[in-house]
Amino acid sequence: MRPALAVPLVVFVVVAIALAVGLGLKPREIPSALIGKPVPTFALEPVQDFGPGLSSENLKGQVAIVNVFASWCVPCRVEHGLWAEVAKLGIPIYGLNYKDTPKNASAWLAQLGNPYSRTGADLGGRVGIDWGVYGVPETFVVDEHGMIQLKFIGPVDRAALDNQILPKVRELQSKAARAAG
Amino acid sequence: MMAAARGALAALMFLVLATAALAQGLEATLPDPALEARARELHKVLRCLVCQNQSIHESNAELARDLRNVVRERIAAGDTDAQVMTYVVARYGDWVLLRPPLNAGTLVLWLGPPLILATALLGTGVYFVRSRRAIPDMKPLTSEEQARVAALLGEERQG
Amino acid sequence: MVAELGHFALIVAMVVAAVQATVPLVGAARGADELIAVARPAALIQFLMAGVAFFALMYCFVQSDFSVLTVFQSSHSLKPLLYKVTGVWGNHEGSLLLWILILTGFGAAVAAFGTNLPPTLAARVLAVQAMIGVGFLAFILFTSNPFERVFPVPLEGRGLNPLLQDPGLAIHPPFLYLGYVGFSLAFSFAVAALIEGRVDPAWARWVRPWTLAAWCFLTTGITLGSWWAYYELGWGGFWFWDPVENASFMPWLAGTALLHSAIVVERRDTLKAWTILLAILTFSLSLLGTFIVRSGVLTSVHAFATDPARGLFILGFLVVVIGGSLALFAVRAPALKAGGLFAPISREGALVLNNLLLATACATVLLGTLYPLFLDALTGEKVSVGPPFFNATFGPLMVPLLVAMVVGPLLPWKRGDLRGALERLRFTFLVAASAGVTVYAMATDTSLAAIGGIILATWIILGGLRPLYERVFRGGVAGSAERLRALPRSAIGMAFAHCGIGVIVMGLTVLLTWQVERDQVMRVGDAMNVSGYTIVLRGVQSAAGPNYVAQRANFDVHRTRSEGLGPVLMTLHPEKRSYVDSPQVTTEAAIEPTVMGDLYVVVGDADGTGGYAVRGYFKPFVHWLWFGAALMVAGGVVSLTDRRHRVGAPSARKSRDPGALAGAHPSAAE
Repeated sequence: MRPALAVPLVVFVVVAIALAVGLGLKPREIPSALIGKPVPTFALEPVQDFGPGLSSENLKGQVAIVNVFASWCVPCRVEHGLWAEVAKLGIPIYGLNYKDTPKNASAWLAQLGNPYSRTGADLGGRVGIDWGVYGVPETFVVDEHGMIQLKFIGPVDRAALDNQILPKVRELQSKAARAAG
Repeated sequence: MMAAARGALAALMFLVLATAALAQGLEATLPDPALEARARELHKVLRCLVCQNQSIHESNAELARDLRNVVRERIAAGDTDAQVMTYVVARYGDWVLLRPPLNAGTLVLWLGPPLILATALLGTGVYFVRSRRAIPDMKPLTSEEQARVAALLGEERQG
Repeated sequence: MVAELGHFALIVAMVVAAVQATVPLVGAARGADELIAVARPAALIQFLMAGVAFFALMYCFVQSDFSVLTVFQSSHSLKPLLYKVTGVWGNHEGSLLLWILILTGFGAAVAAFGTNLPPTLAARVLAVQAMIGVGFLAFILFTSNPFERVFPVPLEGRGLNPLLQDPGLAIHPPFLYLGYVGFSLAFSFAVAALIEGRVDPAWARWVRPWTLAAWCFLTTGITLGSWWAYYELGWGGFWFWDPVENASFMPWLAGTALLHSAIVVERRDTLKAWTILLAILTFSLSLLGTFIVRSGVLTSVHAFATDPARGLFILGFLVVVIGGSLALFAVRAPALKAGGLFAPISREGALVLNNLLLATACATVLLGTLYPLFLDALTGEKVSVGPPFFNATFGPLMVPLLVAMVVGPLLPWKRGDLRGALERLRFTFLVAASAGVTVYAMATDTSLAAIGGIILATWIILGGLRPLYERVFRGGVAGSAERLRALPRSAIGMAFAHCGIGVIVMGLTVLLTWQVERDQVMRVGDAMNVSGYTIVLRGVQSAAGPNYVAQRANFDVHRTRSEGLGPVLMTLHPEKRSYVDSPQVTTEAAIEPTVMGDLYVVVGDADGTGGYAVRGYFKPFVHWLWFGAALMVAGGVVSLTDRRHRVGAPSARKSRDPGALAGAHPSAAE
C-alpha cells in the first residue's frame, strides 16, 4: 500500500470529524462584537406611560440586564414572565423597545405587566443597530462600568436564565463588590 | 468653497430625510448617483443578519433595509468606504463581511487554494517524472505510424 | 390505506435491497451463477416498490389527505394541482423518497440494459448500488417516514413555502437528483472495479455514458435552479455561492473532471486509479450535499427544515459509504496496473491539466463552503465566506482552464506539438483579439477584465468549433460534405459543450460589465430611465390569485427620448404577493426579454403615502447564460447518441476494439 493513496481517506476523516462537531453548533447565532465594550451612547424617550426613559448614562454604576423586546415579537411573550421574577430579585432590568409603535408597545406592557425599571422606545431601530441587535428578543448583561459582558440571542427560558444570565450577573456583582470593598 | 458648502448642505438635508425615512421604514436612496453607487457596492459585500447568505443589497428583510440606510447615511456624512465598514463591523462583528478579512482565523482559508494548487501541480509533476523514467525514450509517432493510427481509428468509427 | 401500502412497499424495498447488497457479492466471489442471478430481478423489484411508495405519497398529496403528516405539513387544499404534485418533493421526506426512486431506477436501468456487462461485474455493481439503497431506505424508514399519520386529522394543511410554488423550482429538484444520484452508478462501477481489481478501457466505456447522462441532468438541474433564482428571488441574481448551490456545484465539477479522465482510461488505458478516485469523490460530494442540505450544519437560503438526528444518521452513512470506499481505494488501487505512457504535452496531458484545475477548483469550493463550520468547531469563531472569496479564488483557476480547453482537443495522443497546435489556432486568436479591440473601441465603461472576458469567450466559441472544422476540411473541400456526415457524434457533442462554456463566459462578461440598476421611490405618473427605456408607473391594483393576494403594479415602457414620451412599447406588471397559508411575501419580477437582454422590474414596499420602492434593471446578455447551459446539455445528449457511448455500452460482438472487450472479459463474449 502506498501512503499517498490513503490521503483522500485521511482528508475525509478530518472532514467527517468537523461535520460531527458541526452538528452540535448553532450557525444562526452570531456572537456579539460588543462583548467587553462600553454600551453605545444613546438617550431614548420611554415607552408611553412606562417611564422613565433610558440612556447610556443609566447603565453605569450597577450591574444590569437590558432586554430588547417588541410587541410584534411572539417569542418575547414567552420570556416576558421571567423578567418579573428577575425584577423581584432586585436586579435592575431595562427594556429596549425595538421598532414598535408607541400605542402597541404600551398596550403590550399594560397587558403583560412591566418588569422594567426604565424603558427606551427605539422607534427607528437605530439604537438597536448600535447595539448590534439583529433579532428580537435579545438580552444583554452590562457591568457597573457600563461594559457589555454577555449577549443572549432568542427567548430566554428558565435554563438559560439560571445557567447563563443570573450566574453572569452574580459574578459581575461580586467582582464589583470586591472592587468597591 | 461654494461647492463644498453646497455638498455639506445636501448631506445635511439627506440626513434629515434619511432619519425620517428610517423611522417610516423606507429606502432612502442618495440623491447623488455616484454616492449611491458607492453605497450599493458596500451593500453587496455586507451580509444580511436575519436572512442568511444574502447580502443586504439582495435582501427584502427590514433590518437589511435599515442597514442599507445606515450605510448611505455614513457615506453622506463623508465616511470613506473603509470607515463605513469599520462602523458596521464595530456593531455586528466580522461575521457581516462577505469577504472574510485575512487574520489568524482565516489564514488557512486564504492560503488553502494556492496550497491545494501547488500540491496538485507537484503531484502531477511527480507523475510525469516517474512515467518518463519508466520509458526513457519516448519518440513521437513517425508519419507512417500516424497513418496507421488514423486508418485504425477510421475503421473503428465506421465499424 | 394508500399510505400504509406505500409504507409497506418501502419496507419490502429495503428487504430486497439487503438481499441484493449481499447475495450477488458472495456469488461473484465464488463464481456461483444462481447467486449472481439474484441481482437483476432484485434491482427491478426494488425499483417497482420504490415506485409504488412514491405514487402512494403522490396520491395522498393530490387527495389532500391531511391525516398524513407530510401532506399536512407541506400542502394545502387550495393549492393548484401542479403544486400538489410537485409538493411531493417540496419537503424533506418526499424529496428523500424521490431520491430513492431515482436511485433504484438507475439500478434497474443497469439490470435491464446492462445485459452485455460481464456477469460478475454486473452483480458487483448492482450489489454496491443496493448498499446505497439500504442506507437511504433505512434513513427514510427510521428517521423520516413520509407516511406517518397524524391524529386527530387536521382540517387544513399548513401550505407549501410560496417561494417553492413556481414551475421552474417545481421541476428543478428531480433533475438535480437525477444528476446527483446518477453519479451513484459511476461510484458503484468504481467500487466494483476495486473489488475485481481490474480497470480497463471496457470499464470506462460502460461508465462514461451513465456519467454523461448524470452530468446532463445535473447541468440541467443547476441551470434551472439558477434561472429560478434569477426570476423569483427578485433581484436578478443567478448564483450566490450559497452552501446549497455549492453542494450541487461540487459534484458537477468533479463529475466534469471524471467525464474527461474516463476518456483517457477508455482511449489509452491509463490514469486508472485517479479515475476511480474521481468516481468515488463525485458521488461522495453528492452525498455530502445531501448532508449539508438536510442537517442544518450550514445556513442557507434553500435548506430544508433541519433536524440533528437526521444529520447524525446521514453522517454515519457518509462515514460508511465514503470512508469504506476510500479505504478500499487505499488498499486496492495499487493493483490497478498503469497502462500507456504519455508526454505532458499531449491530449492526455491536456486532459490531466483539465482534471488538475477542476479538482483544485472543486477543493477550493469545498474549503470555502465548509470553512465557517471548521472554524466554529475549532475555535468558536464565526466567519462568513461569501461571493467575494469564491470570485477571488475560483475565478483565477478557471482562466487557464478556459484558455487550455481550446488547445487540448487539437493535440494528438501520447505526444504533441504545442507550437503546431497554437499555429493552427492563429486565426481563432486573431478573431478573438479583434473582438476585444472592437469592443474596447466602441463600448463605454469597459474594464480590462471585460475585454479579457470578450477575448476569452470568442476564443472558446471559435476554438471549440476548430476540431470539427479540421475533421471536415482536413483533406480540402472535396469530400467535405461526406466527412461532415461522417462526423462522430462525440466530436459534435464536445464542440457543442465547449462552445456552450464560451457562450456562458460571454454572457457573464457582458452582464457583469454593463448591467444597469436603478432604485427609485415612484409615485403614479413618475418615470424611471433604464438603459434606453423609460418606465412610467401607471398604477397599482390588488389582484387575487388562487391562494394569494397581490399588489400588482402597471408600468408603461417607452423608448427614452430627449422630449416627450412617445408610443408605449409594452407594459410590465411586477407583483408583490402575500399568501393565505404563509406569512412569507414573494416578489414577482416583471421580465421583458429583448434581443440585447432582459428589462427587469421589481416593485417593493409601499411608503404609505402613495410611493412605491421600485428597482429597474437592464440585464444585457443574460439569456446567453441559459443558452450556453442548454448548449452544454445538448452536447452531452448528442454525445450520448454516439455509437461508442450509447447507453448500455457497445456489445462485445459489434466492437472492433481489439482485445479490450472480448479479450479482457471472456465471459462477456459468451
